[in-house]
Amino acid sequence: MENKNKITFSRRNFIRTSALASGGLLIGFNFFNSCKEAAVPPVDVSKLNFNDFNAFIKIADNGYVTIFSPNPEIGQGVKTSMPMLIAEELDVPWEHVSVEQGALDTENFQRQVAGGSQSIRFGWDALRQTGATAKQMLVNAAAAKWGVDASSCTASDGIIKNSNGDQLSYGDVVNEAATLEVPEDVTLKLPKDYKIIGKDAINVDIDDIITGKPLFGLDYKTDGMLYASVLRPPAFGQILESYDASEAKALSGVIDVIVIGEKARNYLNQEKFDPSAHWSVRLSESDKVVVIGKTTWDVIKGKKAIKAIWKNKSLTESTELHDKKLNDLLNGKEFDTRRSDGNVKKAFANADKVIERVYESPFLPHNCMEPMNFYADVKNEKVHLVGPIQTPEAAAKVVASLLNRNIEDVHVDMTRMGGGFGRRLYGDFVYEAAEISDKIKQPVKLVSTREDDMALGVYRPAIKYKIAAAIKDNKISGYHLKEAAINSNMYGLIPHFFPAGAIENYQVDTANYQSNITTGAWRAPYTNFLAFAEQSFIDELADELNIDPVQLRLDLLKEVKDGEDPNIQYSAKRMSDTIKLAAEKGNWRKTSDNVFQGFAAYYSHNTHVAEVVDITMKNGQPSIDKVTVAVDCGIVVNPTGAKNQIEGGVIDGIGHAMYGDFSFENGQPQDVNFNTYRLIRMKETPIVETHFVKNELSPTGLGEPGLPPAGGALANAIKAATGEVLTKQPFITSLKNLQTDLKV
Amino acid sequence: MASYNLKVNGKKVSIEADSDTPLLWVLRDELNLVGTKYGCGIGQCGSCTVHVDGVATRSCLLPASGLEGSEITTIEGLAKDKLHPVQHAWKALDVPQCGYCQAGQIMTATSFLKQNPNPNNEEIRNAMHGNLCRCASYNRIEKAVALAAKKMS
Repeated sequence: MENKNKITFSRRNFIRTSALASGGLLIGFNFFNSCKEAAVPPVDVSKLNFNDFNAFIKIADNGYVTIFSPNPEIGQGVKTSMPMLIAEELDVPWEHVSVEQGALDTENFQRQVAGGSQSIRFGWDALRQTGATAKQMLVNAAAAKWGVDASSCTASDGIIKNSNGDQLSYGDVVNEAATLEVPEDVTLKLPKDYKIIGKDAINVDIDDIITGKPLFGLDYKTDGMLYASVLRPPAFGQILESYDASEAKALSGVIDVIVIGEKARNYLNQEKFDPSAHWSVRLSESDKVVVIGKTTWDVIKGKKAIKAIWKNKSLTESTELHDKKLNDLLNGKEFDTRRSDGNVKKAFANADKVIERVYESPFLPHNCMEPMNFYADVKNEKVHLVGPIQTPEAAAKVVASLLNRNIEDVHVDMTRMGGGFGRRLYGDFVYEAAEISDKIKQPVKLVSTREDDMALGVYRPAIKYKIAAAIKDNKISGYHLKEAAINSNMYGLIPHFFPAGAIENYQVDTANYQSNITTGAWRAPYTNFLAFAEQSFIDELADELNIDPVQLRLDLLKEVKDGEDPNIQYSAKRMSDTIKLAAEKGNWRKTSDNVFQGFAAYYSHNTHVAEVVDITMKNGQPSIDKVTVAVDCGIVVNPTGAKNQIEGGVIDGIGHAMYGDFSFENGQPQDVNFNTYRLIRMKETPIVETHFVKNELSPTGLGEPGLPPAGGALANAIKAATGEVLTKQPFITSLKNLQTDLKV
Repeated sequence: MASYNLKVNGKKVSIEADSDTPLLWVLRDELNLVGTKYGCGIGQCGSCTVHVDGVATRSCLLPASGLEGSEITTIEGLAKDKLHPVQHAWKALDVPQCGYCQAGQIMTATSFLKQNPNPNNEEIRNAMHGNLCRCASYNRIEKAVALAAKKMS
């Protein structure tokens, strides 16, 4: 993906301009459509109204710029980094730019679609073009005012100059610019000329966050709004049999106790219902008891006072059952083959030696710090929904279908989100809120306690991998990976990730067990555990071949020719450079004797990452001191934000590899709050040091790719220190049993 | 339901609540001070941290009815005319990701630095260990507390 510097802007129809009554220029554009790959105008754009756009750039007559972004923030920093792309090409000082979340309830923000982890990658060209087009309009307006040719004018830092030495500020020409045609050809800057891209920009919402302003879904209120707390079956596989709400109704703050579920069942039982077309649907078939009250505390108390009896409708599963089912799949013969090179069977038959390992991971809840919640106001004429959701369009569609409304009458507004990690792709809590408001005919906020949230489902599924390698003449001649997972398997091009392409005889097989426990995407889906398994396995292969593990990876990458296999997205060159940078900056195998190191490198979400973990042993347990990270994500748009994502991703990866555990008995989750469910805390965190590979390639995402290599690098460091090969997450369970006969 | 007189962020307020209502929900639902966050409800995550008479306290477990006569400070009341040095440090180091837990982190840090104005790294880690950050912005929180201590001394 080389950078194009001169781009003929064929999508001018995505942009419309207008003079502001108060003075100034308003430019409307379509934020999310611009960010989709191969975006095309949805309709005849000459017929579009201003409110068909969802994002705006306002240039006031004092030259100050406001970018109205409909893009809500989950914490990945795109609300800061994406406007930076516009401001760079518009060429205004970043200090003169403010970024505002599109106001709720305005007609201008009707067509919101969440950006997702590919925002920067897909927005790179489109957002720069939008900024450059706006700049060209201002230049054209100034040139017309001076009566000179626009090509003789330049613009920089909000000032336009001509060859006669005249100058005008952007603010001086905004009213004229509003009347001009949108230019078709714009020239984008060369990376060497960047003034904003590549410089640290502090999170645009920082002041609101550190002073406690209302930003999140749970903070949203309207006059007369009631609160609702939902009592759901305690176990997957159960449904409601009966309940007694008399004690709850006697509480002073409880207004009513109702039952919902019928609309969800009707929806699920539709003849045409196709779950694959409704990937954001996670609905239970059970009735649920809902307590309506005046405050959050009223409904929390009210729910505790409900006496409900549940009955088994389908199998109530346990972790023991899942273990057995996944082991049976791994040892069975029923697989889908997802990649096959050469002849694996033959390679294994002719091997001098075969090495095989099984890696195991549990279910994991997302545990966003802000528990799931949503506001719904269902009225006869329209439905208004507000809250933290990454898929508002899908949520609106499902709600329209549930309530038998036209999609045009369902309006969803997004708030800032207190974490996502994949959980807020699924709108189960939105549908419940809508069904409640529909029933009580009042505006209502559905709130979840932590216990509700952790038991609500949509977990990362438990997965097991069996990896086998054939060794012949001291080389890896064959590689066979089998995945057994709950509900679904690795998606897209994951079967073609490294080391695919590096080994002649190579096969990836998958199988799954269908469970009634709902599962879904969790930060870096599949690769969050697959990378651990593969990167640990490669380390063991290096031991077996008696070669340095960093060198083995570099040797394997030499076998890969970039561009030869269209399914292979990683670049052997970029991966090798990233590995070398991590090894150099991390002082690979050059540290003092009491420091043990582990290495891992992984490509995911279009970004190459390599990590060196340093540990020391204290009282027989690893102290994880430092992680040195090398990242190739192309041009780094906002270094402080980029590093923040990597630091968080690495610590998240280490935290869940060390402590993340979630099991079931009789369909019931065994942990529902942080007293027993362990998340990593400050004393357990390493210092993360991030280095970027410097290049001028188009930027790629950072929210996820830092996470996958972390668990493998840590396991490899623990192996270096203790000789113990960790194959099962969480590590803490194995480490508790670790003997103190250490190498130290 | 009974009436209680509280002092929040220097202002006297009268509230109506059941005697067992935690301060957290009085702040959020009655007084519209939503900067203090709900995270777990059992005092394990620290998102709901406020100051009661200057000491960092979990508001999710603390009945508001017992707080008459106490000085309660929330994130909204931390900055007087200008940002508190801890808030400045949070901004200078661009700490937050999603931002949800940060009010609780800041309230814990400000109370800690009052008791220990010149902490070493281990003391900072111990003091902040009770506050969860799911985005894992821990490195920056640690550095921001150290930076604030330096600026305040």
